[in-house]
Amino acid sequence: MATMVTSTKKVTDKGIGSGGKFPGPNGKKPGGNGWHGGDHSKPKFSPASYRITMWVILAAVVMMFAALSGVYIFSSGEQRRPVAMPRMFFVSTLLILVSSGTYKRAKRSLERDRLRAHKRWLLVTLALGLTFVASQLIGWRELANAGVYFAGHPRSSFFYFATALHGMHLLGGIGLVLYILLRSLRPVWPLQFEKNLTWTGIVGLYWHTMDGIWLWLFGLLLILR
Amino acid sequence: MSVESHEGVHRHPAPTGFIRKYIFSVDHKVIGIQYIMLALAAVAVGMTMSLLMRLNLSWPGTHWPILETLFPTGAPGGVMTPEFYLSLVTMHGTIMVFFVLTTAPQGGFGNYFLPIQIGAEDMAFPVLNMLSFWVTLVGFIVILLAIFVEGNQSIGEWFSGLGPSFAGGSGTVGPIGGWTGYAPLSALGKVAGPGQGAGMNLWVISIAIFCVGSLLGALNFITTLLNMRTKGMSLMRMPLTCWAWFTTAVLALLSFPVLLGGGILLLLDRIAGTSFFIPSGLYVSGLLSGSNPNFPLHTGGSPILWQHLFWFFGHPEVYIAILPGMGATSHILATFARKPVFGYRAMVFAIFAIGLLGFFVWGHHMFISGMSPYSAIAFSVLTLSIGVPSAVKTFNWLGTLWGARIRFTTAMLFALGFVSLFVAGGITGLILGQSSLDLAMHDTYIVTAHFHLVMGVASIFGMFAALYFWFPKMFGRFMNETIGKIHFWLTFVGVYTIFVPMHIMGIVGMPRRYSSFAEYRFLDSLHPLVVLVSVAAVITIFAQILFYFNVFWSIFKGKKASDNPWEATTLEWTTATPPPHDNFAGVLPVVYHGPYEFAVPGAPNDYVMQTDVGADVPSGDGHNGHKH
Repeated sequence: MATMVTSTKKVTDKGIGSGGKFPGPNGKKPGGNGWHGGDHSKPKFSPASYRITMWVILAAVVMMFAALSGVYIFSSGEQRRPVAMPRMFFVSTLLILVSSGTYKRAKRSLERDRLRAHKRWLLVTLALGLTFVASQLIGWRELANAGVYFAGHPRSSFFYFATALHGMHLLGGIGLVLYILLRSLRPVWPLQFEKNLTWTGIVGLYWHTMDGIWLWLFGLLLILR
Repeated sequence: MSVESHEGVHRHPAPTGFIRKYIFSVDHKVIGIQYIMLALAAVAVGMTMSLLMRLNLSWPGTHWPILETLFPTGAPGGVMTPEFYLSLVTMHGTIMVFFVLTTAPQGGFGNYFLPIQIGAEDMAFPVLNMLSFWVTLVGFIVILLAIFVEGNQSIGEWFSGLGPSFAGGSGTVGPIGGWTGYAPLSALGKVAGPGQGAGMNLWVISIAIFCVGSLLGALNFITTLLNMRTKGMSLMRMPLTCWAWFTTAVLALLSFPVLLGGGILLLLDRIAGTSFFIPSGLYVSGLLSGSNPNFPLHTGGSPILWQHLFWFFGHPEVYIAILPGMGATSHILATFARKPVFGYRAMVFAIFAIGLLGFFVWGHHMFISGMSPYSAIAFSVLTLSIGVPSAVKTFNWLGTLWGARIRFTTAMLFALGFVSLFVAGGITGLILGQSSLDLAMHDTYIVTAHFHLVMGVASIFGMFAALYFWFPKMFGRFMNETIGKIHFWLTFVGVYTIFVPMHIMGIVGMPRRYSSFAEYRFLDSLHPLVVLVSVAAVITIFAQILFYFNVFWSIFKGKKASDNPWEATTLEWTTATPPPHDNFAGVLPVVYHGPYEFAVPGAPNDYVMQTDVGADVPSGDGHNGHKH
């Protein structure tokens, strides 16, 4: 036995007039918060919940990289040898910057309903992402050849650790791009189109943030030796 | 299309099989109860450990046959070794802080009641919610594993096969390092002594797993609260509990990643030969770093860095523990005082202010780390400023109680106990927050007393209050009030008898974390006090058997409860008892009023529920305070 309101108490209206004033969902226009309060006949897709969640995830990721950057900045300088930035990491930077651009093209193509272009740009982004990861691995080899190893002074460990952690996050991003690519292969219903758009939006947020984090790490490692 | 309609929405049919219904459930209510059960199991382990510590402190050298049977190497002849005691300190702290004070208030009650109180049918991402519990449970199993790995010779030897840093079987009940796991001790591996091998590895891994579980939970809480409030549930109409859970989720979201990052670095120091937290030229156990294959060369790390990372998480963590208790206390005080929460809006801002300031005060845990006195002053001033929002909350609680005809239920007693303990424990925060005083007192029992009262016992009282209050909604039956009141008085008097004398011990100069004070003649006169504390601890711990009995007996045999037995106003009391699978049986409620419309002038009853239509309430924004 469950009803909407189980209070059986009668409350009389005193007639002063302000009672029962109803401001709409959270003071906004109906449907303003993306939630289908009360309307149960048709479950509705809520893009907002996906967007909020992605922002929240990114806040956590940024906090982690901020803390680790702190480790790098404040790790003591004693007994360290300056580590030269591997040349391949410059190529990485270029790759990831371009991949952000191609992702943007993919998103814009979807918004303009140009699905072939959308898929094409997604594939290009995916390829650039994988090349980025490959370039990072080549960069590691450069480091090792220069005598910079993972086990050793924190400053040299950090080169590997930061790139590995960022690379793992980027692999997650590659998985997400792959996911929306697979989504785009399915037939498109109107509701699904909205979902694809939402997914493309939040994966874009993630991708560009990974781009930004790389630029930050690259700058940090380049300037602060 | 039919497939699509289930995606991204929280519609899932009520499960029928036992496993889907009670074990791998995606229902936030079941997950909430699972978290509470996890906390009940963890708190039993943590309490047993404190019992053992008290026995050792007050009756040192006594032969405890049971200890000899259980831990032949940790307590040879039934007498605890100092290492055994230190591992008890570590595991007690870790289990209590992570698996009790973080799981029950947020994962438990927050999970169960946040969606109902905002009028949602479930969390935004139910599967993620299930995952967050199971990940947390894995973390708990891993930390329990540390007990066996260190305590049992043969399991420990098996673990040694995993690598040089995995040596176990040192006869303790886990690692030695405190719940803070300070480097470099925690970063070196078995060369640093007993408990530094496999146990410490498992400790770091367990904490990292716990971080992941908490992060999954936090993002679900935030999305749910921001996006799934029902019609009319504006932010300022939310119960204060929801504000507290939301702020707690934000704190968890921003602080756990820092601990996770730090934990990974610590693990790498231990197993991969890095030196993030290990300084150059370290000399440990008679060995110089780099002079021995068991102790490879380390250069350039900083142990203080670990303290920064740990406490950047650690201080918000104490608010993660106590904010939900504050929310529950506000909620329960208003209900049983039959008055609106005094200064609702100020309460919301105070919660936020406490959460925000909590990120800028971590340095007060590190005054004795050799930090610059100028930083210490900054941390000190910021720390003391938390007294302002804390006082706002305290005075608003008193304002809520002022002139009220209080209904003294067990839940209300525990909520009042929360206020008392929060003030009693918080007041020493003003003393310890000043770096000059903290330098002298930091490693004494006054710190133990301070944090146990304010973030340990007060949070637990908040959870007791919450459980006695919401139990009828969760299980359809009341907990026994007579047993509840006996439980309250024994616990309330008990915890004060335990922790007030500890303040005195601290001021006299008794160092914390020591297993024995036999060498310190100047502390001899304190021994009667030590015994008093232990006797009180034994009584208080055994009083909790009443509580456990009450919980499990009442689930099956308690007095049946109606839908709104406490005559409360918020949404959880508008639905059936216990709530149906989708919380509101298909029709989401519509909210017209603030959360605490008690003592409404002119209304036939003394309260107006949030869903009542047409009642004459001045504006229903919760903050409007009725003229009294």
